[in-house]
Amino acid sequence: MKYLHLVWRNLLRRKIRTTFTLLSIFVAFILFGVLVGIRAAFTLGVEVAGADRLVMLHKVGFMMFVPESYGPRMQSVRGVTDVTHSTWFGAYYQTETNFFANMAVDPEPFLRMYPEYIVPEDQKKTWFEDRTGAIVGRPTAERFGWKIGDRVPLISPIFNRPDGGPWTFTIRGIYTAARKGVDDTQFFFDRRYMAETFRGVDFIEGNVGWFIIRVSDPPNADQIAQNIDALFANSPNETKTSTEAQFVQNFAKQIGDIGSIVTAITAAVLFTILLVVGNTMAQSIRERISELAVLKTLGFSDGKVLGLVLLESVFIAVLGGGAGLLVGWLLVSAGDPTGGFLPAFYYPARHLVIGAAMVIGLGIAAGILPAFKANRLRIVDALRRN
Amino acid sequence: MNWISQIVAVTALNIRTIRQRLGSSAVAVVGIAGVVIVFIAVLSIGEGFRKVMIEAGSPDTVIVLRGGADTEMTSGLSGEEAKLIAEAPAVVRGGNGNGAAASPELLVIADVPKRSTGTDANVPLRGVLPEAFEVRRDLSIVEGRRFEPGRNEIIVGRAAKREFDLDLGASVQWGENKWDIVGVFEADGSASESEIWADARVLQPAYRRGNSFQSVHAKLESIEAFDTFKDALTTDPRLKVKVVRETDYYAQQSTILHGIVRTIGYGIAILMGIGAVFGAINTMYSAVATRTREIATLRALGFGASAVMVSVLVEAMLLSLIGGVVGGALAYLAFDGFTTATMNWQSFSQVAFAFAVTPALLIQGIASAAVMGLLGGLFPAIRAARLPIVTALREL
Repeated sequence: MKYLHLVWRNLLRRKIRTTFTLLSIFVAFILFGVLVGIRAAFTLGVEVAGADRLVMLHKVGFMMFVPESYGPRMQSVRGVTDVTHSTWFGAYYQTETNFFANMAVDPEPFLRMYPEYIVPEDQKKTWFEDRTGAIVGRPTAERFGWKIGDRVPLISPIFNRPDGGPWTFTIRGIYTAARKGVDDTQFFFDRRYMAETFRGVDFIEGNVGWFIIRVSDPPNADQIAQNIDALFANSPNETKTSTEAQFVQNFAKQIGDIGSIVTAITAAVLFTILLVVGNTMAQSIRERISELAVLKTLGFSDGKVLGLVLLESVFIAVLGGGAGLLVGWLLVSAGDPTGGFLPAFYYPARHLVIGAAMVIGLGIAAGILPAFKANRLRIVDALRRN
Repeated sequence: MNWISQIVAVTALNIRTIRQRLGSSAVAVVGIAGVVIVFIAVLSIGEGFRKVMIEAGSPDTVIVLRGGADTEMTSGLSGEEAKLIAEAPAVVRGGNGNGAAASPELLVIADVPKRSTGTDANVPLRGVLPEAFEVRRDLSIVEGRRFEPGRNEIIVGRAAKREFDLDLGASVQWGENKWDIVGVFEADGSASESEIWADARVLQPAYRRGNSFQSVHAKLESIEAFDTFKDALTTDPRLKVKVVRETDYYAQQSTILHGIVRTIGYGIAILMGIGAVFGAINTMYSAVATRTREIATLRALGFGASAVMVSVLVEAMLLSLIGGVVGGALAYLAFDGFTTATMNWQSFSQVAFAFAVTPALLIQGIASAAVMGLLGGLFPAIRAARLPIVTALREL
């Protein structure tokens, strides 16, 4: 490390160029972070889907309801350890643009099924006891300024109350996500509130949106899914069961190419920027080849000169790129920029590692060619070039 | 020598010598072209989507939904309500058949594999009566024929056929029902072309809807007749409905996706723009640095500092405009008309559309390139103007 000072002085000889090269790399890696976030958002967090959970929908499509009575019947299928249901409520707060996912669930089994939603014990208890109670993720609570005990009116275009008024819920809990990428913007309430309001309306009282099933043997999940569907085959309400990962993936594929197109374009351009920056860095070394020859004259070995040059370019890359990765990470961790539509906007840790590898790669790639050139050069030729 | 001709002379000299600084100039051009490509490409997604949605509506056509519903998907109207709506004033009458151009429609979702991925997608399946063809006069069958009333037959939009596994002559199975594809229709490239149509009377029992619909689309005698129609329906005590113009309805349906794409597009473009400005600054500084002696010589010959400054700025703007035009052209060639389908967040169903690189987007892209050039050239230009002549002349 005794040469660090030499590297440092070299960087300072053209302060402006060094500064802007650093800044370009810095921005490029912030961009990398944003890109990673967008990619994660458009795959809807498929990476965090529960491996031991199945999702069962009506065969005709997600907009058809499934009879609630199917729940207990599925318990008999081998490999099924737990069953709960959920119903898309589609409500908004105050205006239609205040969008967030809200679902009618069976509180206790639901939280058992999704341990990734962490609700403090005392809040859990009060929620279970209050049929008009609800729990909501922290980002959504903060977005609307809701606190525990607040009564919030929601309007559901799908389920109009018979009296025409809004549905009023009491916030009983604010949950947090156990892992990054888990959608913590959703709002859950007790389905019995809905069923009781619509007592006598079979269509709503006796049906749910979909079922979530836990299986004891995830490698065998596909077979269990088939067995469940077989149970309801040839009934008026046939079903379609798939693993949660497949379900999320299918849903993400529906959004289609948009995510991948945005990612592809930006990745291509990011690559170009890195190429350009790399070229600038290489240029600044090429300009100094005669100096490298002087170093060799002074007795620096070929290997040392090579090392010095590489050290310099890697140093620049790590300084700019490292800061860029960090700021990108902070930016993405601040959450969804679209106000609720891309809840899975997060920075998978894996991509930090990929980013770090790109930083080092950039440094080596930019330095290696001029470094070898310097290495091969005969001292006399190099000195004469000027 | 006046100031203008000084600027022209120095700028011409700069531009003629760009060739000697090709490498670093190319850096600036490529950086800025990249920003413009991303900016235009991402926003063209939003523009294209909005275009198909807006073209789906015509201003003299209205949609009647249940009060409180925000989309056709969440709406519901009984057969009797649909009849009452058709009797309202200002609806066009006297077409063939029973008169009023008011079409009660059912909208459900069918799972159809997407051609690009092979996985199921939510394709809108619309149940209609013969009146639907009275309301949507721009709809025409381009292949095959219309479905016959009472039969399990469907017609598919041109875009739906392109994006999803729906071939003329084939049949599809949804739940217990099998449907034959007997025709393909087009509707001026609007969002309707992403739909599948069937006889509402066949669809109702298949989806257990009794005699209910979700919306009534009605053609009015004139655009101005909207208020008459709306007042008649909203004051009718037997109805609790919401009346919107088709154009407003579809424009509203495109807000979420358009918003997301804009946030992403502008976000990425601003970040990249900052990066590109840094690149341009670097380029222009090195352009000034390599010409230190030339600039000093010019100054010694009597050229003014401002002329030198403007010439550097002009060079930066020129490079960035080249970048902007190249980026705009590439984005146009690569993305304009690129077709794809995505899910409309507001109805959870698929809409096929083509990316639209509009003139407005191209202008925005090139204008932003000019701004980047200006920012990138400013500091180097100031430095060029402030070069101390004597020391600069002495420089190697």
